[in-house]
Amino acid sequence: MRWIFFKLYIFLLLPVSVLAKTIIVAPKTTISSLKAAIKIANSGDTIIVKKGIYVSENTLINKELTILGENAPVLDARFHEEVVTITASHVKFDGFIIQNSKTGSMRDYAGIRLNNVAYVIISNNILRNNFFGIYLSDSKHIQVLHNHLTGSNNQENSGNGIHLWKCKYIFIKGNYVTRHRDGIYFEFAKKSLIEDNFSEKNIRYGMHFMFSDDDIYRHNTFKNNGSGVSVMYTRRIKMLNNLFIENWGSSIYGLLLKEISDSQIEGNRFIRNTTGVYMEGSDRINITNNNFQSNGWGIRVLASCDKNTFTQNNFKGNSFDVTTNGTLKHNYFNNNYWDKYEGYDLNKDGIGDIPYRPISLYAQIIEKIPQSVMLMRSFIVNLLDKVERAIPSVTPESVKDEKPRMKPWKR
Amino acid sequence: MLKIAKYIILDIIRSKVIIAYTLLLMAISLTIFMTDADVTKGLVSITTVMMIIVPLVSIVYATTYYFNATEFTELLVSQPISRQTILLGKFIGISSAIMSAFFVGICIPVLIFAFSVTGLTLMASGALLTLSFVSLAFLTCTLTRDKAKGIGLALMIWFYCSIIFDGLVLLFLFCFSDYPLEKVMIFLTALNPIDLARILILLQLDISALMGYTGALYQQFFGSGQGIVFSLIMQLVWIVTPLLIALRIFKKKDL
Repeated sequence: MRWIFFKLYIFLLLPVSVLAKTIIVAPKTTISSLKAAIKIANSGDTIIVKKGIYVSENTLINKELTILGENAPVLDARFHEEVVTITASHVKFDGFIIQNSKTGSMRDYAGIRLNNVAYVIISNNILRNNFFGIYLSDSKHIQVLHNHLTGSNNQENSGNGIHLWKCKYIFIKGNYVTRHRDGIYFEFAKKSLIEDNFSEKNIRYGMHFMFSDDDIYRHNTFKNNGSGVSVMYTRRIKMLNNLFIENWGSSIYGLLLKEISDSQIEGNRFIRNTTGVYMEGSDRINITNNNFQSNGWGIRVLASCDKNTFTQNNFKGNSFDVTTNGTLKHNYFNNNYWDKYEGYDLNKDGIGDIPYRPISLYAQIIEKIPQSVMLMRSFIVNLLDKVERAIPSVTPESVKDEKPRMKPWKR
Repeated sequence: MLKIAKYIILDIIRSKVIIAYTLLLMAISLTIFMTDADVTKGLVSITTVMMIIVPLVSIVYATTYYFNATEFTELLVSQPISRQTILLGKFIGISSAIMSAFFVGICIPVLIFAFSVTGLTLMASGALLTLSFVSLAFLTCTLTRDKAKGIGLALMIWFYCSIIFDGLVLLFLFCFSDYPLEKVMIFLTALNPIDLARILILLQLDISALMGYTGALYQQFFGSGQGIVFSLIMQLVWIVTPLLIALRIFKKKDL
């Protein structure tokens, strides 16, 4: 009985797939541009674009199409307009080289623009020299997969790589962004997942969040960006297993948190950044299982932060593990590994018997007199730090790790 | 001159103190490198130890040796050799003996375990530090005739350079923190050979912490070719000046 239904079902489906036709676009044929192909296509059709260079000045995709590039055809806007705009849902756009969109200060010209659509897949494209790369606005359930974006690296006039504005349920995976203003930019983009992306050498931030709640980003790499990664005015964010590496220079941070609350920072690695994590006005953040290695400052927590917990992190080879600009209250450090810890463990349970104070006296001195950075690692500074550890008087009493680990956490 | 140096080297190399110094340096650097997997952290620890031990041993040992060999000096002076040759020969002899101890004790482990720009900087600044403190030792020896006084003075110089000077700088910074002190600080560091050596290594190790405004300024100065030349010249000044003064005194001194 079930088999009959199944056959009937297949039979009913068949006409639809037969009806959907495939249109082939190739240079020097009757259909020699994507625009012409879209004109004659119906919703549900497939357009295959053969290898070649096509001029595409704001090609409008307003039907539910599957558009595939074969052997990476080039769509070039010659700096006149946007390259492609998608205004229909259920579009799949795959395998193109998109280049040379217009730059301008009045409008945000983009390589691929999506406006008010849903269920669109943008995959395997190479975007070169566009003002904005992929621009999503008012969209839902979009997938941006495995694209390779290179910006113009123009200091004054450069847009974001992947730009989201008022979006929901977006899935961004496996993209590579470089030489744009912000690699990945989120504004009012909620409930999205950002995974396995690589963002390096962007002019401003590798990734930038504004007012974007309930997002998860994991397994991304942010390397050598102008100002690292910045997360601002956002709630309930999960940052898992990312790598922040070599974001350095004055006022450059691996991860900058400003007005963030109820978030989770877990399993990330911060390596060779000027400042690993910088926190300002951030509350109720769980920072666990991270590695802070060879940074200038491991974590900088401003006095405006409240009720954050730092547990099970490794701090290795940072010039300063934790610094602050005032008195820190209600921020809890527990069960971390600190390579500067000099205590002992008599009962051999792997936990040091005396608490560790991560903020050194010298860190406090530098806070007041930045010039004294010149005395780093001198005998007098070591001496002062030792004395302060023995008899604390200047460093904040509340900041201490009651159960410092003797050996680093293995991950 | 070289003949005198040769005799002194042969004499010193057999002395137990220099062997102990070599073994101590070697033990320190090997333990640090063996116990810690992180090479950079090892270099940091070695720097900290080096900045204390190397100047101390260099100045105290050179002073003691000089005083113990007073008879030998008197014998040499009675020969037809110029005093300049005698003193320079002694300097070359003593300094190269201590340098070879430094080389075996620190340079070889660093070359094996941590061969990098940082490692090379550490070796170079350690060698220059040795030279400048041997030179300072010669100054103390010629300044006074009494052995106890001479060693006391040597210890004072070491104590001043490694602790008191930095303490004074810190105090100075606290007092004048309202003024722009970046350039003054560069000048101040030139007044202390240990600080010069430390900063050269610091610029390799803590580069990321130096990225603040002040750090960036130092970075810009000491990190550039010009700054490196400046600090090398200042180190050389610290080697040559005390030696020249010692030479002047020694030439006129009634032994």
